[in-house]
Amino acid sequence: MAETYTLPALPYAYDALEPYISAQIMELHHSKHHATYVANLNKAISSPKAANTQSMIHFNGGGHINHSIFWKNLAPASSEDANTTSAPTLMQAIDAEFGSFGDFRSKFNAALLGIQGSGWGWLIVKEDGNLDIITTRDQDTVPAGTTAIFGVDMWEHAYYLQYLNGKAAYVENIWNIINWKYAETRYKGEADGEFKDLRAML
Amino acid sequence: MSLAASTRSTLARASKASSIRALGSLTAVRTNYTLPDLPYDFGALEPHISGQIMEIHHQKHHKTYVNGINDAQEKFAAASSPAEKVALTSLIKFHGGGHINHSLFWENLSPTNKDGGAPPSGALAKAIDDTWGNLDGFKGQMNTALAGIQGSGWGWLVKDKSTNKLSIVTMPNQDPINTSQYIPLVGIDAWEHAYYLQYQNVKADYFKAIWNVINWKTAEKRFA
Repeated sequence: MAETYTLPALPYAYDALEPYISAQIMELHHSKHHATYVANLNKAISSPKAANTQSMIHFNGGGHINHSIFWKNLAPASSEDANTTSAPTLMQAIDAEFGSFGDFRSKFNAALLGIQGSGWGWLIVKEDGNLDIITTRDQDTVPAGTTAIFGVDMWEHAYYLQYLNGKAAYVENIWNIINWKYAETRYKGEADGEFKDLRAML
Repeated sequence: MSLAASTRSTLARASKASSIRALGSLTAVRTNYTLPDLPYDFGALEPHISGQIMEIHHQKHHKTYVNGINDAQEKFAAASSPAEKVALTSLIKFHGGGHINHSLFWENLSPTNKDGGAPPSGALAKAIDDTWGNLDGFKGQMNTALAGIQGSGWGWLVKDKSTNKLSIVTMPNQDPINTSQYIPLVGIDAWEHAYYLQYQNVKADYFKAIWNVINWKTAEKRFA
């Protein structure tokens, strides 16, 4: 019997990220969009002979992994975790790689705004240990061998009800609610091996 | 002339003209695309597509593609090396595709008190029946294709230019239909911005509702 995936609980209330992400967006995003990826992933796994099984696992499994990381890499703005001082090691590495936090942020924002369609922007650690900014399309996950430190969902459903076509404002505001404490633990290797079995199926 | 064809010939004209008019005004050789007017009011497709969606979709999203293609063309014209030009092709395809797709889309929609939703007739109706059994059979297949898009994109009813056969094609992001092979007859925008303010995550309801405002008269003209 194949493993059944479940929707993880959000580590905060739906309205905890306001005013930067509205409770309405968070509720739909978690209880509808993410739940649909989980349901369709389970459906695909339980019908391995269907013609589109591989593509369904790739898309919905990717959606499940990406959203699971995303919820945890956000935190209420008032929380200590949302302060960059909660990521001292990572901040040093960001300065070393990008010159300064400001330069990193600008480069990350430009990458997010350059996505042509649905996708994600990520800060990753490459196999050689260096940081990099990448984007992935649709629900593709970060490449094998790399580790996502944090991601930003650039699908329109992630911001549209609040920001409409003004995605630059969403991108600007998301910096208030990045969970730097969690990013630090991922940078230190805590995420290694997560979703190992599911990733192998994608 | 189709929009894609007109885009191609305008681009060709612009590059020919650049040498001819080199002594004249530089701006005269640049093609500036403009946002086409909607052929109906923003609220005219309600309740199937809300006035708010139509206004933002046309005034903001389509306008951004128009600005984007003009900007990319300007940079392309100014680029001195092939490498710089190649680097701009993705922007030209994205924004140019966005402009082409939305221009076709507005024209293949219509309010229900005009042509919207009135089934096709004549040769197009026959071709649909021959291919899918009947119009509902086609709509069912098209809605399945639309629902299956993994990310942003479009669904199209197209006619193959060499075989005259109809088929359903989905395209990712703003990739336009390859008009050397196909004539696009009906396009449906499956980007979330096309429906989210009204339908949120229930995109199947949007795909069901949009048939009430499909302008089959436009499709018949494109088919002929």
